[in-house]
Amino acid sequence: MIPGRKVKEHALFIICSIATLLSIAGLIILLLDAFADGLPWLDFQFLNSLPSHYPDKAGIKAALIGSVWIVGLTALFSFPIGVAAALYLEEYAPRNWFTSFINVNIANLAGVPSIVYGLLGIGLFVESLTLGRSILAGALTMTLLILPIIIVASREAIRSVPKAYREGAYALGATRWQVTREIVLPSALPGILTGTILALSRAIGEAAPMITIAALAYINFVPTSPFDRFTVMPIQIYNWVSNPIREFHHLAAAGIIVLLGVLLSMNSIAIYIRYRYQKRVR
Amino acid sequence: MESCTNVPRAQEWIIEKLLFLCALISVFTMFAILAMLLFGAISFFQEVSIIEFFTGTKWTPLFKPQHFGILPLLWGTLLVTIIALGVAVPLGLGSAILLSEYAPEQVRKIIKPVLEIMVGIPTVVYGYFALTFVTPILQVVFPETSVFNALSAGIVMGIMITPMVSSLSEDAMLAVPQSLREAAYGLGARKHEVALRVVLPSAFSGVVASIILAMSRAIGETMIVSIAAGSTPKLTLNPLEGIQTMTAYITQISLGEAPFGSLEYRTIFSVGLTLFLIVFAVNLIGHWMARRYWRQY
Repeated sequence: MIPGRKVKEHALFIICSIATLLSIAGLIILLLDAFADGLPWLDFQFLNSLPSHYPDKAGIKAALIGSVWIVGLTALFSFPIGVAAALYLEEYAPRNWFTSFINVNIANLAGVPSIVYGLLGIGLFVESLTLGRSILAGALTMTLLILPIIIVASREAIRSVPKAYREGAYALGATRWQVTREIVLPSALPGILTGTILALSRAIGEAAPMITIAALAYINFVPTSPFDRFTVMPIQIYNWVSNPIREFHHLAAAGIIVLLGVLLSMNSIAIYIRYRYQKRVR
Repeated sequence: MESCTNVPRAQEWIIEKLLFLCALISVFTMFAILAMLLFGAISFFQEVSIIEFFTGTKWTPLFKPQHFGILPLLWGTLLVTIIALGVAVPLGLGSAILLSEYAPEQVRKIIKPVLEIMVGIPTVVYGYFALTFVTPILQVVFPETSVFNALSAGIVMGIMITPMVSSLSEDAMLAVPQSLREAAYGLGARKHEVALRVVLPSAFSGVVASIILAMSRAIGETMIVSIAAGSTPKLTLNPLEGIQTMTAYITQISLGEAPFGSLEYRTIFSVGLTLFLIVFAVNLIGHWMARRYWRQY
């Protein structure tokens, strides 16, 4: 009886370790697979070429610049709106049914599948506001998609500002907006920026809503205005993966390396901001 | 003094209203989603009977004779989700038990960030992995596997949602009071008995909530199934065949396979509405379970 229990105790440990190792192995194999396939194809020519029907002439330039446009405009729209909404909910909102309605709404929005945001964008921005399948329509759709993430992260940062800071300022006769602008916002800014960058890196990787907005994926020009049609890196990668010719799969892998590289650098910036902030508090 | 005039007070009022409007955008977004989906779906149901839509067993909007029965798409989504949970539940629970009951702090500090990285990887990358790595392996093991199949997409989706199951379950297990564990140890229980008979049952509704929320993510996931699961909607029990999910169908039509504004095109709104309602209901159950759990302790 007793040795049996001892064996079982070890067995559970081993089973759980195997489960953990398997899930981590999934990640490692996934990355190794993409790097092994794509690295030989990743060169300056790939970064600096437009899409082509010939695999060795094709590149990611149009998609890379499209992604930069989308993320830039999305940041421009979502940052002020998200921070303002978070400030309202933390600093101004009365405790009533309408505030809790807004809260429930934000929680629900975060769970809506991203492709549904694509349908929203098609109906609202592309058709009703007649923006067409433009960069602007894409960025506005992406803004609605990442707003809940920015609001939640900003609220957490705002909530972590000590109450004493606010009370000190109120005691000196500051108005609510003065306290919010001069005291709360600067202290919460590093946390807000970290959350925003992480939300924007989600925007860079999203393919589904961008496919419904951009549709046509063969864009052989570099967009120069917010009203141009566009493609983004995840769409371009999807396009190459779906191509039955094997060489295009290698291009997809090279595209994945570029995409992951961009994400990695954005996340590093977020971590750096968090690290500097933590040091200053100490 | 300046503050005695009405100018700052007016400014305060305007700013509060502006901030309020920004917060209101979230409410507006939810209404806009519902309005767009309902608007598209209603104009679709004026031409196709709603009964055919929910009970028909054939989905062939793109060729004659047209059939608009959503069941094959629903089944495709369900099949892939079941396979994904089959992978994610054992892996996720195993890691959660390891992290909360066995692993020392240093090991946790390494494993947790790795699992977090997995959540941040774009789903198109997982799709690539399914099609170019997992499917060829499946074809070696089961030679009858088709290039696009439900199993490969399901397995990779399972890998993708495993961190969701493990991190939420681990939170739930860590919240189980230490006194419960100590009481069990005091009665002579061993570690596996504490983990499986004390911690897991106490954290049960939290663990179930984590699985339900991961499930909702799997139902709404689009790119993996668009790339690896195929575009042939059918009611099949064989996971080695190609199927189509609701999300993959929306992608296929969006890519320009049907003329803008046509009846075929408007199907994506009725499918989108169905998807939205299902995910909404699943999320509601998940959040309800999670709340019940956190109130408990």
